[in-house]
Amino acid sequence: MSPTRRSVLKGIASAATLAASGVPKAFAAPRRRKTPPADAVGLLYDATRCIGCQACVVKCKEANGMPPDTGTPRGPMYDAPDDLNAKTKNIIKLYKGEDGRTSFMKAQCMHCVDPACASVCMISALYKGPRGIVVYDPGKCVGCRYCQTACPFNMPKYEWRTAFPKIVKCEMCRHLVEKGGIPACVAACPREAVIFGGLETLRADAKGRLAREPKRYFPKVYGDTDGGGTQVLYLSAAGIPFGKLGLPDLGDEPLPELTESLQHAVYQGFIAPVALYAILGFAVYRSFRSQHPRKGGEK
Amino acid sequence: MSRKAQAVGGSILTWPFIAALAVFALCLPVLAWRFLYGLGPTTGMNDGFPWGIWIAFDVVTGTALACGGFSVAILCYAFNKGKYHPLIRPAILTSALGYSLAGASVIIDLGRYWNVWKIPLLWNWNRNSVLLEVALCIMTYVFVLWIELSPAFFEVWEEQEKYPLLCRVARWLHGLLNRYLIGILALGILLPTMHQSSLGSLMLIMTTKLHKLWHTPLLPVLFLSSAILMGYAAVIFESALADEVFDRPRETKILASMSGIMVVVLFFFLGVRLVDLALRDRLGLVARLDFYSGMFLLEMALFLAPALLLLSRKGRNNPGIELISAILMMVAGTLYRFDTFLVGFRPGPGWSYFPTIPEMAVTIGFVAFEVLAYLFIVKKFPILHTGAPPHGLDAATPKPSG
Amino acid sequence: MGPGEGRRTGFGTWEARGVSRREFLRTCAIAAAAVGLPGWTVGEIAEAAAAGGRPPVIWLHFQECTGCSETLLRASHPAVSDLILDLVSLDYHETLFAAAGRQAEEALQAAVRKNAGKFVCVIEGSIPRAEVGAYCRVGGRTAVEIAKEIGGKAGAVIAIGSCASWGGIPSADPNPTGAVGVSGILEGKTVVCLPGCPPNPYNFLGTVLQYATFGTLPALDSLGRPAFAYARTIHEDCPRRPHFDAGRFVERFGDEGHRHGYCLYKTGCKGPRTHAPCSLQHFGEVVGAWPVGIGHPCFGCTEQSLAFRVPLHTTVEIDRPTPPDNYPPIHADHGGVSVAAVGVAGLTVGALIGAGAMAAKKLGASKGEGKGENDKEAT
Repeated sequence: MSPTRRSVLKGIASAATLAASGVPKAFAAPRRRKTPPADAVGLLYDATRCIGCQACVVKCKEANGMPPDTGTPRGPMYDAPDDLNAKTKNIIKLYKGEDGRTSFMKAQCMHCVDPACASVCMISALYKGPRGIVVYDPGKCVGCRYCQTACPFNMPKYEWRTAFPKIVKCEMCRHLVEKGGIPACVAACPREAVIFGGLETLRADAKGRLAREPKRYFPKVYGDTDGGGTQVLYLSAAGIPFGKLGLPDLGDEPLPELTESLQHAVYQGFIAPVALYAILGFAVYRSFRSQHPRKGGEK
Repeated sequence: MSRKAQAVGGSILTWPFIAALAVFALCLPVLAWRFLYGLGPTTGMNDGFPWGIWIAFDVVTGTALACGGFSVAILCYAFNKGKYHPLIRPAILTSALGYSLAGASVIIDLGRYWNVWKIPLLWNWNRNSVLLEVALCIMTYVFVLWIELSPAFFEVWEEQEKYPLLCRVARWLHGLLNRYLIGILALGILLPTMHQSSLGSLMLIMTTKLHKLWHTPLLPVLFLSSAILMGYAAVIFESALADEVFDRPRETKILASMSGIMVVVLFFFLGVRLVDLALRDRLGLVARLDFYSGMFLLEMALFLAPALLLLSRKGRNNPGIELISAILMMVAGTLYRFDTFLVGFRPGPGWSYFPTIPEMAVTIGFVAFEVLAYLFIVKKFPILHTGAPPHGLDAATPKPSG
Repeated sequence: MGPGEGRRTGFGTWEARGVSRREFLRTCAIAAAAVGLPGWTVGEIAEAAAAGGRPPVIWLHFQECTGCSETLLRASHPAVSDLILDLVSLDYHETLFAAAGRQAEEALQAAVRKNAGKFVCVIEGSIPRAEVGAYCRVGGRTAVEIAKEIGGKAGAVIAIGSCASWGGIPSADPNPTGAVGVSGILEGKTVVCLPGCPPNPYNFLGTVLQYATFGTLPALDSLGRPAFAYARTIHEDCPRRPHFDAGRFVERFGDEGHRHGYCLYKTGCKGPRTHAPCSLQHFGEVVGAWPVGIGHPCFGCTEQSLAFRVPLHTTVEIDRPTPPDNYPPIHADHGGVSVAAVGVAGLTVGALIGAGAMAAKKLGASKGEGKGENDKEAT
């Protein structure tokens, strides 16, 4: 085979057609959008009410039995982590704008309605559990860290410095919630900046606050539809968009939508692989027949 | 004239072998350190970059470079080009070693490796996970490769009259293999198609973290085609290397025709990337001429150069140009994978990653081990072909290397 | 001026009372420091006081509890109360006067006539406006009339205490007497407000000292409060601030946190919105003698929006939050890359490129002769 200019152009043309036809998107099997369970719980964090007292950070550690974090890069400061990590499931961060405006920001797992981490975990060590809380089961986890790369919020953290590491992230104090309690961060907050309750109640509350005091808030409830919706909702002060608080712009499409629809389209019911296998089997058989007149293999 | 595979023979402990052994030995203490103290102290991986070169290179690039068996098998068995037979066994050997080492790299990279036996259990499967499919495919494919290679071992063991049990078992297994050979060979083409494209699909979910120059729904297509390219390139490279090291004549004609196919695939790859970017209005990102567009342009140049070099018949028949093109293709594919998994991956401000020296020592050590194993097996078992290359078409139908 | 040289000056009288020159200078120094005057002014203050240039002060009482007067007298230093009262010429003070009735009234009128335009009018207590000011009458005249008349003729007006500054307790909802602060009555006149319930005596002393020595009033904020005392909130200088910054709080009185002296924010401390110097300058010149110091949350007595309005144990927002410098930023810096590693990687890649180039040259050239025989192409 000698590729003349013609076959080169053929190659490019087929490539262009493939890309242009949007075949991959068309290929994508339609996927029903996930909705939160009926008894879904969530958190509503109102940045305008938060005073940055960090009571929630302290109580989260207590309630979850986490060790103090003494290894900050800024030197030997006692238990003053600068970000979420394997010893810190909840943290308050400070936004300082150039115009001198400040806002606090509570960072913890967003408990997405359609989580990327649960979608990619090979054997469902991370999964959407009761009440929609995203749960981690170390018994199944192999430590592949795909969940870490997939999460758009960079929430799952990993215990890098131990021989028996686990993934660490907020699980909404489900050990307390299951017994009818509330998460420790909510119990600790003196200003009700973060509250806990049924997701739809919180959603209505958040929208109500926007309606009642439009001048106080940035006109959006983050997590309402972002990334397919999250069970932790955020309100920000007027003039401080969520991007400044470190919350990414995700659009309304859940993250697993693209990858799952493509995967399912190709592997739905395993039809395509089996079909391809059959074709290949036939091709191999034929080439054997032609390459050695005797049937089948040798010896 | 018949051509036969033959063990190269000769002493095992040559200088290259000893050198590779020394390099491999360097990584052993690092591995011990990793298992005692975790990934943090030994590697540069962190919460922002949880995947480092052990994934991006050892697994993703390593398996692509080990796609020689896959690429040649497509030609030989799917398109019935029997003349490529002499290349099959060495390609399968490199593939088997490459994939096995990729598997070993996965084990050392996994944080909770003791749970790995739970992956093949059907009831645990999360069928949405691309990584599951990659893991299962690769696990199976490693088996298939060694099974495909096993005739070379059986041929030797069957003749070991001194160990009658070994003889009998080898003969029985060989017969068994021959019965199911077609199925196994077909699997050997199906599986890499699935997982090499899925390695690209791994990055589909990072819609916000993967730079827009690399994130596209066509990632599986791009990864599959570049894997095929890298497979061919690896075959050319290793064939040239082996022929030189063991002082054998070149398989110039076969390789030349293979190069022709590569040109088509190269232009296909380039075309898909550019048209995809253009249709989604992302060419502006290239025009920015920042670090990312620089890496993109470098990739494209590295893919384009071999395409142009091999465009002419003269180029294809020139072993030197062929070799340079092969090297360029391997580098291009490697760079493309590094860019997709590491360089273009942006978790957010404040995060950075660079492999540490111990991390690199393990990667290099594993490659050294592959060299060691290759040298050993090639000398002890009939992998490489002897004799002059065939003239014309009639000599292009040898017995299958089995 | 040596000891015992006794001119007919203040010094002489003080020495007679047993106050040494050193104690006197010390008091002047404390007062100067309290008001933020530099060290070199102490001498001037002392001289002005010793020279007998004491500004006349007329002190009016309206709807008050007399706590503000009392606060001036609560000092642990002996004779400071005397000194305070001797640095100024107190021409009229209902609580401290021995006189009463018509005598007192006449003294008041005489003092006003004599020093019109020069005296300092200090007003303690709020002024009711409802029912034509009927709720507070002194000597048959309403507080409104008195304040307008005497305040109008004063050289400077000082409203001491929250009641005089903005209405205080009498103005708490529903404010049946229509109580307002002095500024509500004397519109257009500069009124120095010294809110607090009671205010720290040094707030008053510093203001008066400055006026007595330099004839000027200290810098005032938009509510008429001297910046030297009321520019910062309790929270900004609170000794329990490290506990706040570390998230350690008292949850209930008497709990473990309370015993450890943790931050009282959650028990309703109004410190974050209360402008006052209490966290720096404690009362009675006793260290720790202030509400937070004894384990009770600040109740915001200087602030009209807080005191007697917001319940004692209700938490408040923070005015001008000042998080510590080590507060986690939105995007933390997670460390850089090892230079050595980059070096090694560069060397490795370079070596590979070199080897590749060499291999290409060698392998390509040595077997190039084979090309001739294989020119017969077959597809």
